[in-house]
Parts: sequence; structure tokens; C-alpha cells
Amino acid sequence: MSVYELFGRLGIRDLGARRISTGASVPVLALLVAGAVFLAVGSLMSSTFAELTVSGVAQGSVFASLALALVLIYRATEVVNFAQGEMAMGTTYIAYQFTVWGLSYWAAFFATLAIAFVAGVAVQQLVIRPVQRKSVLAVVIVTIGLLSLIDGVVLWIWGGDPKFMPAPFGNSVYHVGGVTMSLTDLGTIAVSIATVVVLWLFFQFTKLGLAMRASALRPAAARLVGVRVNWMLALGWGFAAALGAVSGLLTEPNQFVLSPTMMQPILIYAFAAAVLGGLESPVGAVISGIALGVFLNLLGQYGGYLKDSALRLPVAFAVLLLVLLVKPSGLFGRAAVRKV
Amino acid sequence: MRAILGRLAICAAAAVVLALLPFTLSGLNQVLAARVALYFIAILGLNIVTGYTGQISIGHGAFMAIGGYTTAIMSADHHTNLIATLPLSFAIAFGCGVVVGLPASRLSGVYLALATLALAVSIPQLTLKFSHFTGARNGISVDGTVGYLWLYGVSWACAAILFVVAWLVLRGRTGRAFRAVRDSEVAAASSGVSLVLYKTLAFGISAAFAGVAGSLFVLATNGYAQPDEFSIFLSLYILIGAAVAGLGSLWGVMGGAAFVALLPNISQSAPLIRSIPVGGQDIAAGLVVVLVMLLLPTGLAGLLQRMALAASALRRRSGIPTAERG
Repeated sequence: MSVYELFGRLGIRDLGARRISTGASVPVLALLVAGAVFLAVGSLMSSTFAELTVSGVAQGSVFASLALALVLIYRATEVVNFAQGEMAMGTTYIAYQFTVWGLSYWAAFFATLAIAFVAGVAVQQLVIRPVQRKSVLAVVIVTIGLLSLIDGVVLWIWGGDPKFMPAPFGNSVYHVGGVTMSLTDLGTIAVSIATVVVLWLFFQFTKLGLAMRASALRPAAARLVGVRVNWMLALGWGFAAALGAVSGLLTEPNQFVLSPTMMQPILIYAFAAAVLGGLESPVGAVISGIALGVFLNLLGQYGGYLKDSALRLPVAFAVLLLVLLVKPSGLFGRAAVRKV
Repeated sequence: MRAILGRLAICAAAAVVLALLPFTLSGLNQVLAARVALYFIAILGLNIVTGYTGQISIGHGAFMAIGGYTTAIMSADHHTNLIATLPLSFAIAFGCGVVVGLPASRLSGVYLALATLALAVSIPQLTLKFSHFTGARNGISVDGTVGYLWLYGVSWACAAILFVVAWLVLRGRTGRAFRAVRDSEVAAASSGVSLVLYKTLAFGISAAFAGVAGSLFVLATNGYAQPDEFSIFLSLYILIGAAVAGLGSLWGVMGGAAFVALLPNISQSAPLIRSIPVGGQDIAAGLVVVLVMLLLPTGLAGLLQRMALAASALRRRSGIPTAERG
């Protein structure tokens, strides 16, 4: 039996066929450059436009963290975690509890990330792994059950009333040449970027990161060289949960309140961003998340008929549907090739 | 032949029980039973598209909203007879289902799940945008009030009619095509089954069922159509009900519907869960669906089937009817 036959039996039909690249095509790059130029020119011409762009980037970076969490899980297990938003919401409540007990915001932040990581690993091992092989539908339904469960537990422990946390970045604002920027927005952007960079460094330059990438891309081959694939997938869920916690913790200072429903719209935006980015591409998720945040923010000011805030979610839905119909592989994904 | 007779007997018995049941129930319990009927219809519809055709939809609350608002608007603004609005809801929701299903037929798996979820989130928002039709947050109320017994009768009559419709659709050529699409799109297409046609058709039919369920839902919530009633959780509960019932079978649907409709009551009276002031219902729903998927992935229908198999195996092994063995 040749190596190729062996791979065939293990379910790897053709070596190298599922190479995941983050290389965007030329039109996509041109589109991004055009968008950046548009934002730069607009910001120079109008200070309102510049302010909206900055706060849009801040909102978008929250979408981006959650979208990245979805992408991490999708790449590893080809399922979408519908409970991702509620997991983020739940962990934010844990951080809130820490601040009530007297911890400073940042101590609570890092403690919560650790708890979220452990919770993510536990969820994958306890409820996702047993149904993972059955069908996409089974996993989808289990994550919906988790959504409901987490929602109920949070309501039970903390109730439905809005809660308030100390402002992590203070309330000061900066003025740069007539443009007013809040420190909260700048801090949100900085924390999201830092998280993404740390995660990228981890996946790119550590042995564990390599093993996790291998498990996601070629589970059978990874298993052959001695990687404990199941644990790597569980770690992937852990990282995704921690990333989700970051997005939840950054949503709170932007909305000023903490409520059980706070992550539901964010999850839809994150889905739209992840699909726009190609669902398999981490770079795509981050760029699309930020782009979506800016787009929705500008639409709210200059959108004419579409600027009604009730239309924010429908617009995100329209973006999602349009991408799925016109270019299902998104901006950065690879076209799915199915072998019959 | 014997199997069909047996099933007919079960259906007839169920019909008799349902016809006599309201006379033993109080008014509020009649509304509760009507709610079971409307969830029965919605889960039946979802089962057609998700269980039989294999297309995941997390957006059926959207079609329920469309049906519900159809009834409310027709009754409030045009004083249409409430029963006459039900076929209209069916038709309008069918149209909307086809419009959504046509692009959706290009999607599958998680992509379709995402698109339908976004649909379910968007529709209540749209009722806020077009507030002169829908009354925004306050919603819109039907013309006049409905009696408990009337509601019970209409709901179960619709459920019975639509059950027969579903059975007729699924037993013949169309049902075979649906199952072929579910089991292997490639094989179905190679055998001449048009994927676009049958996926869209399944979506349309199931949306029409959800539309009727939505109309009844509005009638069962004091005749009010409100955006908050059609939140994303409605869609999730229908899917949860379908999972509990067992996808791809008609016989567990009643159990799934009863579970969803009675969930608020169960969570108020069940031990442990009862002591939770808020959120108990969500916890119960979440726990049950996770446990069902882990322990009983084929749902109630699968459990019934397994019990029937075990019983017949037992009978065959002993050679005598089980009843005589004591």
C-alpha cells in the first residue's frame, strides 16, 4: 500500500487539496485599498466622518474578535458555534462578579480569560465531542441548547436587570486636529489588536500552535505523527472561548451596561463578518469585522433611507446573504471544491 | 396493509381523544392545548424541511411572524374573518418561503443555518421599521376577541388538516425526492431529482406551515402580534422541539410540541427547576436538548421505534403474546 492509498483510506483524498491560504485575490486587495483610501479622504474632509470611522473601527474590532472565535472553531471542527455569543456574555458576567468582589478591572479581565479558556475546553470535551461525528445538524442543535442553557443560568444568577462595571479606560477624550476620539474606543481597538497579534504569534511560532493548526487542517495526518488531535480541538475551543470573552468584555464599555441579551446582535454581526471573510480565514474575519463596523456606523449617519437603527441587523443580514449568494467563499476564503 | 390500518387506528383514536378533551379542560388549559397544536404545526413544518430534506433552518420564527402579522393586519385593518386569514397566512408564508428558499437552495449545512438565523433576527426589526403597518413595539391587535373553545377547535382542526397534508406530501413521489436530497444531493441529482425545485418546495411548504402556526400563535396570545413575541428564541424553541421529537419522523412531533408548549408550566412545577425564579425555562430547555442529543439522538420518534422493535422481538422470541406472559 502506497502512502497515497494510506491517506486515501484515512479520508484524505488528495494531498494538498485543502491548503488553506490567506492570500487574497487581486480584486479583493484592490477593493480593500479603495476602501481605505475612501475612509482616509473622507476623514480628512469631515471631522464627523473621521469620528464615525474611529468609533466604527472600535465596534468592528469587537465584531472581529467574536468572528475570529467563530472562525477558529469552524476551521478546527467545521461547525459554527451558535452559543459563542452567549458564552462571551456569560464570561463577561463572571468578570462583573470579580469587580463586585473588589478586583480591579484588569485583574478581573485576565482571570476571566483563564476561566473562559477552561470553560471552552470543558464544553468541547463534555458535549461537543460526543456528537461531533454524527452530523452538522446535531452539533448545531447542541450549541443552540448551550445557548439557551447559558442564558438561563445567567438570568438565574444575576437576573435580567442591567449591570454596570467600572470603565476600563476612563472617560477622557482626545482631540486630534478637530477630531474627538474617546479613550474607550482607542482602548477597545488596542486590546483587540493586541489579542489578535498574540494569538497569531502563538499559532505561528510555538510548537503547540503548529500542532493545533495541523489538527485542524489534517486531523488524520496529525494523528499519525503523534499529535493528540482531540485535545488540540478542545484547546481550540478554549482559545475561541477566551477570544469571545475579550469581545464580551469590550462590548460592555462600549454599551456602558451589561445585560443578558447584549451579545445577541453582536453575534449576528460576527457571523456576517466571518462569512464575509470566508469563514475559514482568520485574517478575513478580522478585516471583515472591522469593515462591517465602519460600514454600519457610516450607514447610520449617511445612509439616507437606510440609516434607521432598526435596519442595522437587516443590513448585516443582507450583507451575509449577498456574500453567500454571490461569492460563498467570501473575500479571503477558498472556493469549496467537492469531490463526488 | 396491516401497518396502515394500525396507523389509521392510532390517528382515529387520537382524533377522538382530542375531540373529547376540551370538555374536561378549564379555559386556560384549552388555550394551553391550542398552543400544543400550533407548535405541532410549526414543528411539523420544520420537520419537512430539516428532518426530511436535510436543510437546517433556524429561522422559522420569521415565517411565524409573517403569518401572525398577516392575520393581525387583515383582521385589524380590513376586518377579515379570522378563519379566512388562515389560508391567506398559508399562501403568503408559502410565497415568502419560496422567495427565501430559492436563494437558500444554493446553501447547505452551516451556511444555511447562518442565513436563516439572520432572517429570524431581521424580521422583528423590520416590523419596527414599517411601523405604520405593524404598530412598532406596541404591536397590532386583531379585531374582536376569540373564545377558548373556538381557539382550541380551530387550532386542532388546522393541525389535523396539515398533518394529513404533510403525510400526503411525504408519502409519495415528492417525499421520496425530499429524502433523496437529504441523503445524497449528488445521487439525487444524478437520478433526475431537481435540487433547486425540491429544496425550494420543501422550504415553501414548511414556511406555509409556520405561517399558519404564527397566525394561531397571535390568536393564542390575546390576539396581539408584537415583535418581542417573535424573538429569536421562538425559532430556537421550534428547532429544539423538532430535535426532541426526532427529525425525519412524523410520530414524535406531538411529544416535541407538547414539550415546547408546556415548557413554561413544566419549569414552574418540576423539582429543582421550580426553585429558580427567572431563567428556569431556558435552563430546562437547554438541558433537555443537550441531553436528548447526547443520549437519544433520534428523539422521541426513535425511542418509540426502538420500543416497538424491542416489543416485537420479545414476542417473536417467546412465541406467545406478551400479555399472556404476565
